[in-house]
Amino acid sequence: MPNKSNLILNNAIVDDEWTLVTMPVVEEAVKKQAGKVVLFKLTGEATHNAEQIASTVIPSSGKILVPLSVWLARKEELAPRHANGELGIWLDTHELVEDLASAIDDINSLPLIAVHVERFADGRIFSIGNLLRTRYHYNNDLRAFGDVLRDQLFFLKRCGFNSYLIRADRSAEDALASLQDFSQPYQGAVDINQPVWRRVNRQIAPQ
Amino acid sequence: MYKYDEIDQAIVDERVKQYSDQTRRFLIGELTDEEFRPLRLQNGLYIQRHAPMLRIAVPYGMLASRQLRKLGDIAKRYDRNYGHFSTRQNLQLNWPKLEDVPEILAELATVEMHAIQTSGNCIRNITADQFAGVAPDEVIDPRAIAEIIRQWSTFHPEFALLPRKFKIAVSGTKEDRAIIQAHDIGLEFYPDAENKMAIRVWAGGGLGRTPILGSVVREHLEWQHVLTYCEAIIRVYNLHGRRDNAYKARIKILVKALGIEEFSRQVEEEWQYLKDTPNTITETELERVAKHFTKMPYETLPAHDASFDSAVASNPAFAAWVKRNTHAHQQPGYRAVTLSLKTHGQAPGDATSEQMYTVADFADEYSFGELRVTHEQNLILADVKLGDLYALWEKARLAGLATSNIGLLTDIICCPGGDFCSLANAKSIPIAEAIQMQFDNLDYLYDIGDLELNISGCMNACGHHHIGHIGILGVDKDGSEWYQVTIGGKQGNDASLGTVLGPSFAAEEMPGVIQKLIDVYVRERTPEERFIDTVRRIGVAPFKLHVYGEKKKEAAHA
Repeated sequence: MPNKSNLILNNAIVDDEWTLVTMPVVEEAVKKQAGKVVLFKLTGEATHNAEQIASTVIPSSGKILVPLSVWLARKEELAPRHANGELGIWLDTHELVEDLASAIDDINSLPLIAVHVERFADGRIFSIGNLLRTRYHYNNDLRAFGDVLRDQLFFLKRCGFNSYLIRADRSAEDALASLQDFSQPYQGAVDINQPVWRRVNRQIAPQ
Repeated sequence: MYKYDEIDQAIVDERVKQYSDQTRRFLIGELTDEEFRPLRLQNGLYIQRHAPMLRIAVPYGMLASRQLRKLGDIAKRYDRNYGHFSTRQNLQLNWPKLEDVPEILAELATVEMHAIQTSGNCIRNITADQFAGVAPDEVIDPRAIAEIIRQWSTFHPEFALLPRKFKIAVSGTKEDRAIIQAHDIGLEFYPDAENKMAIRVWAGGGLGRTPILGSVVREHLEWQHVLTYCEAIIRVYNLHGRRDNAYKARIKILVKALGIEEFSRQVEEEWQYLKDTPNTITETELERVAKHFTKMPYETLPAHDASFDSAVASNPAFAAWVKRNTHAHQQPGYRAVTLSLKTHGQAPGDATSEQMYTVADFADEYSFGELRVTHEQNLILADVKLGDLYALWEKARLAGLATSNIGLLTDIICCPGGDFCSLANAKSIPIAEAIQMQFDNLDYLYDIGDLELNISGCMNACGHHHIGHIGILGVDKDGSEWYQVTIGGKQGNDASLGTVLGPSFAAEEMPGVIQKLIDVYVRERTPEERFIDTVRRIGVAPFKLHVYGEKKKEAAHA
């Protein structure tokens, strides 16, 4: 019996066609916190080392979801996969979405971008989704994975995500229901970009 | 005040349903403590020292009488017959049961209230001048925009999980009463050169462990852009604010690390993408919301009332109350009234269910059925006729709501402290009570004059001690409770942070310490000079000398 899929795509549970590629773990702690990212920006300090990137194993066939820094460093090697539509890219919440956008000619040549959230309370993922959709006009599948729980799904959807890999110990069916938590949100966001007062006539009826 | 339409009602109703399910999943073990924590916090539910604490939102401090009656009912049925009005203009219940909270929220929803985003790392309740709409020095009534911001911030998906809490204050008066410089974003409304509503945007202020007054990010912002501009500020913060250390996670730390010029540059850059996007407010929407905040149907009255004037002349106690607890009004023949929740010897900001019912009745009888909560933890009836003041005063006295101490030493601003709050290092309420009893002489209090005393039980500064003329901070030293004193803090346009007087004191020393500070003031003041002005003129040294000099002498004698 294969494991039941925990992947939501749009409004259904589907099998995952993509193989997640990760970098080998190293002993030294990687600085991942925002605030320090501001420092990274100023100092140019990297979050991964070259050895990790070089030793990352990439499956030779099928659809692969590759870390941003691996793709940036091994672009040429991955170019044929990219051309075949077999390349997706994932980034961590502490990585800069500009680094992806500025390194690619057409962001919509990627059928999948995924954002990894290590702790569900890390709301940077929402701004990243928003930037990908509104600033970089990314139109294909946008997936959240990692510590993804149903109570964040409604917000993720509103920030442009359309795919969610629910944490393995939780039910994707239950999570699906939460996408309908609120019927008429107040503010414009990615999914419904008009605020309620532009969607609905809220004038007070004459007494 | 604002009244819900079906859309507003649906949102609070759906929230009740969602939170009921979250509570159910927590109670059956589907959600861990850690997973439930941000969910309950975004609904204002803390787990406290003795019991959970539920913080109910009072948007920009405005309440209708029927809402206050409901709060009284809830306090009676689900709590111990009282509630605590906080420095964020909200109401806190100290003893609800976790499993009752969904039911309480359902009750609140029936009177257009909720506890959404009253805690947690999200955009919190918007606070405002308690005299909005009636203050003579008001240049723009900020409440319509405050309500629009409330709606926009409710479940804002991008800012649902910020690095830390995020507080916005609005003010449209000449003299700031909303402490906009002590907020993550402060919006100061003014009419610009073309007489259009404009906003001076402050950011990066906050009290807490590292008190910092805000800086101006933008001098002139047209009101239409207030939501998109806030989105730009909060996006920069969401992406780059620190998440590794809760004490360094507020926007003030980011603003300080980048410098205000660089921070402003990043905000402006971000805003170029957001400007004119659909969250830009339309004239139609502003008009729709502003219709809820039109002037009350005032009677045309003379500026003077003979019965009022004669009562003031013949009754010194009433005259004192009028002087301290009533405030000038835009409309001739009306006053705004502060009902004091600072009865000497009682926890500042607490009101019993019966007092809530009484105040609701006062609001119906004398003030168009509305009232406000102040960040100084009192209640306001904003629109009372001069001719009604005497009758109101007599009834308020019977209800224990007429202590004539507004703006005086015993109008103490005080957090719940170690008696309730699990964050506190020390108790704060008993200190407030002891000081109130030490100065339980109104004539002496009037002689001391305007003085703001603020007490926080820990460095999170819910009692805003940094901006108290006298500030008291509870600290923990080797497991026992001590109190550090600051002087020279101030709210308002010329806000300042207090200076630490010196080593901290034991609880029983506190009334004596305050007495010594007052003695120096009374000795040194020039005619008409307020405590804060004396401190600013002569500095901290004479106060320090008097307080510690004698302490040392006593120690030497011992």
